[in-house]
Amino acid sequence: MSTILKKTELASKIWQIEVEAPRIAEKALPGHFVVVMADAFGERVPLTIADFDRQAGTITLVMMVVGASSLKLSRLEEGDEFYALIGPLGHPSEIKPLDRVVMVAGGVGAAPIFPIARAYQQQGTEVVTVQGARSADLLFWTDRLASVSVEHVITTDDGSAGRRGLVTEPLAEQLAADSEKRIGGVYAIGPTPMMKFCAKTTEPFCVPTVVSLNSIMIDGTGMCGGCRVTVAKKTLFTCVDGPEFDGHQVDWDSLMSRQRTYHTQEGFAFGRMLAEPAPLNENILLRQNEEV
Amino acid sequence: MKKSDKTGRVAMPEQPPEVRIRNFDEVPLGYDDEQARTEASRCLQCKKPSCRDGCPVQVDIPAFIGLIAEGRVLEAAAKIKEDNCLPAACGRVCPQEIQCEGRCVLAKKGTPVAIGNLERYAAHYASDHAARHGLGPFVTPAPPTGKRVAVVGAGPSGLTVAGDLVRRGHDVTVFEAFHKAGGVLIYGIPEFRLPKRIVQEEVEYLAALGVRFELNHVIGKAISVHELLEKEGFDAVFLGVGAGLPSLMGIPGENLGGVYLANEYLTRVNLMRAYDFPRYDTPIVRGRNVCVIGGGNVAMDAARTARRLDAEQVSIVYRRSVDELPARAEEVHHAQEEGIHFKTLCSPLEYLGDDRGMVKQVRCQIMELGEPDASGRRRPVPVPGKEATLDADLVIIAIGGNANPIVTRQTEGLALNKHDYITIDENGATSVPGIWAGGDIVTGSATVILAMGAGRIAAQDIHRFLCERN
Ligand SMILES: Cc1cc2nc3c(=O)[nH]c(=O)nc-3n(C[C@H](O)[C@H](O)[C@H](O)COP(=O)(O)OP(=O)(O)OC[C@H]3O[C@@H](n4cnc5c(N)ncnc54)[C@H](O)[C@@H]3O)c2cc1C
Ligand code: FES
Repeated sequence: MSTILKKTELASKIWQIEVEAPRIAEKALPGHFVVVMADAFGERVPLTIADFDRQAGTITLVMMVVGASSLKLSRLEEGDEFYALIGPLGHPSEIKPLDRVVMVAGGVGAAPIFPIARAYQQQGTEVVTVQGARSADLLFWTDRLASVSVEHVITTDDGSAGRRGLVTEPLAEQLAADSEKRIGGVYAIGPTPMMKFCAKTTEPFCVPTVVSLNSIMIDGTGMCGGCRVTVAKKTLFTCVDGPEFDGHQVDWDSLMSRQRTYHTQEGFAFGRMLAEPAPLNENILLRQNEEV
Repeated sequence: MKKSDKTGRVAMPEQPPEVRIRNFDEVPLGYDDEQARTEASRCLQCKKPSCRDGCPVQVDIPAFIGLIAEGRVLEAAAKIKEDNCLPAACGRVCPQEIQCEGRCVLAKKGTPVAIGNLERYAAHYASDHAARHGLGPFVTPAPPTGKRVAVVGAGPSGLTVAGDLVRRGHDVTVFEAFHKAGGVLIYGIPEFRLPKRIVQEEVEYLAALGVRFELNHVIGKAISVHELLEKEGFDAVFLGVGAGLPSLMGIPGENLGGVYLANEYLTRVNLMRAYDFPRYDTPIVRGRNVCVIGGGNVAMDAARTARRLDAEQVSIVYRRSVDELPARAEEVHHAQEEGIHFKTLCSPLEYLGDDRGMVKQVRCQIMELGEPDASGRRRPVPVPGKEATLDADLVIIAIGGNANPIVTRQTEGLALNKHDYITIDENGATSVPGIWAGGDIVTGSATVILAMGAGRIAAQDIHRFLCERN
């Protein structure tokens, strides 16, 4: 169980990993996440389920290397097993009966937004996707997202693909052009600042905006409270009350300062791990045995 | 080494405070054979032993102490195991002063027999012996019954049920959400109080008896409780999922960076071994000025952990006085020895942060003791206009918790009380046939020994049920 069946580099430092996980695949729904550990020394890392195949008993995870733990996860090879894989966790997305929905994906957020977009498309909702990345070489799954969308807009910071600029611009245009008020909802998934600014963009239009928060987690089951966020002035736990919340009610500054808690340590650990010779697998095995 | 402390008990040898605050090794070092025999011979072997009534699982205390006094330590250990499957843990973490030792006739003179220390000694002796001579007096499980039991949660209640039922020949699978079995014994109670090796040994022993451990399984998510019964072919389910969900006070600043709930702080350190960062990948905030909110065992564990993680000043902020501290007496004593400051009659009003959103101060209300409340303890009441502000770059909140709803809410028909804890009958059975429960998910946060006692009662009833099913 938890064996990596297939691993593909989608873009620089962005990995798609297909994992054998029949029990999770059976129950997985769009919006669910899992918690993974690379080895016995690893952190518990939450990752949103990007796709699942009940028949094959597999789930797909997409992950960008941003620090020590994601680097370590990315160094696992096909045939390796995750030390731990737990899920499906959190509430699934609520697929509402809407005429039209705008899905905004920032960077690696294209992966978790895909199954939600597909679920809307399958029930007959018109899906508009706005997919942003820093540059063309960091875009992935554009064909997948396009295949479930009536309109698919790409933006890059440097203009190397699609429109030059931020995702919030086409988002605002979509809402401004919607004179008949057919857009019943917006989803924004990506880096925290991007979600914050999408929520700010939609607020004047009063369109319900769902965001999927990536709080720091340990257990993912509501036991530790590490993932808590302030939503509508109340403290909620991302892992059991979310991970999707009303973007207009999230206290973004509090979330961002909590996400920065381990900034220094993370930087240190990342540098240290980058310096370690890859592949690490043998080391991982050795270290696993060393551990009681 | 001191031979006996002023009370006449043989003192427990310990790591000195200035040494132990620099490591995570266990504080008490354990009796040697002679110390144990001396202490055991202080037992008066009462005809009507009241210590036994003070024990939630009625361990035959005079009998095992008598065996130690005669040097028959393996038999003493076996005697304890008849009623308590985790003596090595209980000898270390039970609140003996309000249980067995509190009822010892010598307690009236302030010199109760050190029952906890002797229990710990016997357990250690037996496991040491087993390590050197093979697993030793191995219990042979009864012939297989073909009945399958699912235990949800690998804490003390679940492990007790698993042990009792596997010995009776049932096929037991334990489902645990975390990547390690042991519950609070693994992720909550620190290494310096309960070495993880002890819990690991018990888990390995159960596995050797045939218990299957399915780690990384959150029941209610990947598999529901009803599916265990209807789809996965289990004949009975025991729910021992613990209390879960930690509480907050709902005051401003609780979500600042550097403000932890104790469960997270302790889980990072104990289960994820953040004290050994960067060898382990999980980081932790190391505060210089630490405030721990609360006065129970969890608060003491958090405070003493912070002390070992380089803190210069650690304060327990507690709204009543020292006399009302709910923690075990030994923990309070050890904390004091380690230089933990007790800021009592003090309750937080607000956490103040810096411009980066990290905590820097705690504004507190000064309290005084008023009339006794429902628990019989004097109620803390605010002294109007009196406040204090404490510097803190790390705050750990340890004020208890509520029932975790993941399993309970998703199990149709399961009767819960008004606080969402599971309602059971005197045999541990829930309102749903085939489902039993026990431990903190029934009582709210309690003790290891009560969780084990609840597991034992439920296991008996599950066994009866499975036999009748034939
Ligand atoms: C820091 C701390 C210090 C303590 N100190 C003491 C002490 O000194 N003395 C004392 O007697 N008591 C102490 N206690 C209390 C004692 O540890 C508990 O009362 C006892 O562990 C409860 O046992 P349990 O079996 O009910 O649950 P737990 O020990 O809580 O175990 C429950 C297990 O179930 C798992 N679980 C939860 N949900 C699911 C799910 N959906 N699917 C699968 N698995 C699940 C959890 O991961 C956990 O492993 C302390 C508690 C803490 C937190
Ligand atoms: S991750 Fe621990 S409570 Fe959410």
